[in-house]
Amino acid sequence: MWSEKCCKVRRRLEPDKDMQACAIFGVMNRSGERFGGDIAITAMKNMKVRGNGLGAGFAVYGIYPEYKDYYALHVMFQDKNKDAKDVVDEFLYNNFDVIHDEEIPTNPEANVDNPPLFWRYFVAPQKKGEERNLSDDDYVVKKVMYINTRIEDAYVFSSGKDMGVFKGVGFPEDIAEFFMLDKLYKGYLWTAHSRFPTNTPGWWGGAHPFCILDWTVVHNGEISSYGTNRRYLEMYGYYCTLFTDTEVVAYAVDLLMRRQKLPIEIVAKIFAPPMWDVIDRMDEKKRKLYTALRMVYAPLLLNGPFTIVVAHHGEMFGLTDRIRLRPITAGEKGDLLFVSSEEAAIRAVCPDLDRVWTPHGGEPVIGRLKKKKKDAEEAR
Amino acid sequence: MDMKMKSHLLPEFLVERIDERCTRCKVCVKQCPFDVHYYDEELDRMFAREEKCVGCQRCVVYCPRNALIVRPHPSTYRPNNYWTHEAIQDIKKQAETGGILLTGCGSDRPVRIYWDHILLNASQVTNPSIDPLREPMELRTFLGRKPDALELEVNEDDVELKTELYPNVMIETPILFAGMSYGALSYNAFKALAMAAKEFGTLFNTGEGGMPKEMREEFGSNTIVQCASGRFGVDPEYLNCAAVIEIKIGQGAKPGIGGHLPGEKVTATISATRMIPEGTDAISPAPQHDIYSIEDLSMLIYALKEATNYEKPVCVKVAAVHNIAAIASGIVRAGADIVAIDGFRGGTGATPKIMREHVGIPVELALAAVDRRLREEGIRNKCSIIVGGGIRCAGDVVKAIALGADAVYIGTAALIAMGCTMCQKCHTGKCAWGICTQDPVLSKRLNPNVAAKRLVNLLRGWSLEIKDVLGGMGINAIESLRGNRDHLRGVGLEEWELEVLGIKGAGE
Amino acid sequence: MLKTGYKDMFLGDVRKLDEILKYAKIEGEVAEIDASDLKHKELNDLMRECVQKGVKKFILRNVCGQRYIGTRLHSVGKLEIEIYGTPGNDLGAFLDGHRIIVHGNAQDGVGNTMNDGEIIVEGRAGDVVAMSMRGGKIFIRDSVGYRTAIHMKQYKDKIPVLVVGGSSQDFLGEYMAGGIVILLGLNLKDGKHKAHYIGTGMHGGVIYLRGEVEPYQLGKEVGIVELEQEDWKTLEKYVGEFASYFSLDADEILAGKFTKLVPVSKRPYGRIYAY
Repeated sequence: MWSEKCCKVRRRLEPDKDMQACAIFGVMNRSGERFGGDIAITAMKNMKVRGNGLGAGFAVYGIYPEYKDYYALHVMFQDKNKDAKDVVDEFLYNNFDVIHDEEIPTNPEANVDNPPLFWRYFVAPQKKGEERNLSDDDYVVKKVMYINTRIEDAYVFSSGKDMGVFKGVGFPEDIAEFFMLDKLYKGYLWTAHSRFPTNTPGWWGGAHPFCILDWTVVHNGEISSYGTNRRYLEMYGYYCTLFTDTEVVAYAVDLLMRRQKLPIEIVAKIFAPPMWDVIDRMDEKKRKLYTALRMVYAPLLLNGPFTIVVAHHGEMFGLTDRIRLRPITAGEKGDLLFVSSEEAAIRAVCPDLDRVWTPHGGEPVIGRLKKKKKDAEEAR
Repeated sequence: MDMKMKSHLLPEFLVERIDERCTRCKVCVKQCPFDVHYYDEELDRMFAREEKCVGCQRCVVYCPRNALIVRPHPSTYRPNNYWTHEAIQDIKKQAETGGILLTGCGSDRPVRIYWDHILLNASQVTNPSIDPLREPMELRTFLGRKPDALELEVNEDDVELKTELYPNVMIETPILFAGMSYGALSYNAFKALAMAAKEFGTLFNTGEGGMPKEMREEFGSNTIVQCASGRFGVDPEYLNCAAVIEIKIGQGAKPGIGGHLPGEKVTATISATRMIPEGTDAISPAPQHDIYSIEDLSMLIYALKEATNYEKPVCVKVAAVHNIAAIASGIVRAGADIVAIDGFRGGTGATPKIMREHVGIPVELALAAVDRRLREEGIRNKCSIIVGGGIRCAGDVVKAIALGADAVYIGTAALIAMGCTMCQKCHTGKCAWGICTQDPVLSKRLNPNVAAKRLVNLLRGWSLEIKDVLGGMGINAIESLRGNRDHLRGVGLEEWELEVLGIKGAGE
Repeated sequence: MLKTGYKDMFLGDVRKLDEILKYAKIEGEVAEIDASDLKHKELNDLMRECVQKGVKKFILRNVCGQRYIGTRLHSVGKLEIEIYGTPGNDLGAFLDGHRIIVHGNAQDGVGNTMNDGEIIVEGRAGDVVAMSMRGGKIFIRDSVGYRTAIHMKQYKDKIPVLVVGGSSQDFLGEYMAGGIVILLGLNLKDGKHKAHYIGTGMHGGVIYLRGEVEPYQLGKEVGIVELEQEDWKTLEKYVGEFASYFSLDADEILAGKFTKLVPVSKRPYGRIYAY
């Protein structure tokens, strides 16, 4: 079990999780062509009133082509704590081959308060002893969980290959300016988030997107089943340490999609299953399947209002809760697929769309790289 | 030498009659099974033998003129917080009988009621309440073992389920009727429970007394059959007609000892169902004699699964005692699909008073401990947890589920719905309401159809209340409340109690 | 944890009137405003200023997400507001008498608690359209989202009307207490509506559906009844208006099969409570 020792006796006094009232946006070029940050930044600016300037972030895929086979760890050091960095450096050198590391370039003129120190490390696992039995991904997750729970003032907030999360305290355009996203990075998939936190205002680690390996989640809403979801995931070794209910979504996605290899359509039906009266009217085969899903994965039903946009290399999907208590609008133009909290945000960056629609509650909007789709078809 | 003792016991109840209202209709005489009321023809007056009154309130309810008042007798010993009235009476009774004091129902001691110290959450601003009157609210629950993951074969739109699922039973509301045997209950009461369970879509439990043959076909699929230490009425057909099989190790009212059916209640039909001679006391053995250690339990569980072709979930019922978390973990690892925990407030038809008052722990703490331990070991999904023992209202049900239960057993509440007034004299076999008696005259008083209707009303009322509370919390499916302790807060509890329950104090 | 100050995202950097006047071109009673650079409050401030200068008709261009358009302008006579672009949430919230025409799609909350007036959308709208609407008319050409016409009300002859050309998603007419909802389903391939929980909690008002719906899609407080002459008069009137706004053939629409849904009990919750 990962992180067993430190979290063995779960203190009942865990800080309250934050609720996520906010704006979310996702854009993907399904041909894999990379583009700059203007689209995501402009769209988020349009939805400024949905956040309160105390949290924002972006996830970008395809930004480190020259290091694309290495895990790009983005680490933040609270209060620019140099001692914490020394501890982290030593830990990483002992557990990984660190190919390259540097400070993440930031713009000191940007309108943000008290930013931590940001550093990125491009690493490959260096497994010893029993750990040789772990897969690369599991190994990285284990080490990331260690840093996040054991090393004070240090948080690994991005841990995938050829992708990165940039987040902090401020409005989206301020965070984008701080990390110079429109100037320095090009990716084929961008997701963005603007937050309205109440419990942890001012903590740079609390913003979205939340990331584990190359899975990122941005989330709008509050998961009222958080306690149930969290306790179920703890049985599988995931410990929620970042005081946000978005964590359970990210871990659940990692468990269901990466470890149990379930496809997006099924995962959507686990998070937002149809009502029993709809299931009772299905034909026998479908009814058995949905009953089994609801029965087995009952603790992963996400209750309460939510819109999530989940991304990993090659795929992005947006999903709302089953009675649609939070908004989502999807748009399409050529190879570009947009999902957003408000249609106006999409129109702000692409006034002329081929198609605009809103999926049913519990139905995912899925974007896949054309190449990946083709590979999957050929594999069959 | 022949010793005749005068009883020193004070009468427990005072029977008062408002004489102007009394019309000498003598309904009270007919209704009282304890022979309290009598009519003096010469004086044309009604009298009462108070020392026999048990306070069952039957005469009060049935008097057409509301002329009767039955209340605790004002004659008490000098007020004493230590040597209470009850403590004194008990000693005197033992001095007169030289035996184990018997009683019925559940513990009435003033031990802390944790349900009353736990408060529920509601959604405000950050999360909408969901409207229970107009939007769907789901209470459907599945009891049984769940796999860790599902293996699916996905081909375009066609999804094939490859995993073979363990047997599970579906109930429409997370409330079940607890084990109350035919023997402890009258036939009509027992049947009423079966009818109500079938009508509402939940399950009832046969208790130790077996299942009458004529009921098996109609009610089997809504039945939990018990395999207890006395093995009364356990035959392969009994096992196979049921939905769930429950191995009874203990119950909250008398942890550590077996069931107790006084000879007065063993009639011809009971004798047939249980396969014991008429009139003998049916005192079940304390342990199950083939389970002396945990591996024996495993043996019995699989024996039962073998006997039912692995088609039914097997439940193990234990009383809530000190080491309950480790015991529950052992039970799950032994192969049980469901663990039922009975707290010390659980009721019974007959038990030694000392067991009822002094043995066992509150089910709230037991449940919290068991749920946490199973999660820590990573095996919580291998079983469902049912709790019972003094669930009084829908609020208790919601709190139980939030602490980690899958469903609750109601016993006392179901009896009260049928007419019980908790006079604690079940063991005499003279239940005035026809619920826990075998006397043919008294049993007729309970019409099974009417009683079933009352039970269905109870289930309906509680289910609607649970939906209301769920909606208020912003949840529309009961599975999202299970184990969700973040929606609970404690008031007036000490630090260790909050720690065991795993909840924060209000305001924290 | 850092204690951070308060950032006002609504009023934070709203510019003063004199700075934004340049975005409005006023000619007599008509004002044309370029909203591309305006925040919500700025656009509404500017519109109010124009009204005070005697403007009776607005043409708003490049609207992209600005909210509450028309809300502040109650008690100033009847205005006409034409919007080019995508207006933001709560378009015409608390509207009292004006006419709003949207050449594009609208978002959530169109006509929220609207009292009087007209809203015409040449496109689709989002969730909770006509929520708690008390009067006036809304015409949406394409489809709408969840909880359309939730808790719509009426009193005596003050009856709100909502006509939707496309389809609706779940919880249409939830807890409706009055008003008229006409759902035409013009985009349904087989004429079958897919929404569930239609009219759940309905205890007043009427829903007309063009197309087919199964009983299990309806809330338990709703029943299907036959249309009568009065109903056809109502349909002709409002479908006619709808058709004229979007250049469609009213007769062709009216020739379809209509279903009428009404509440079957005035007190649907009587049996749930124990008094």
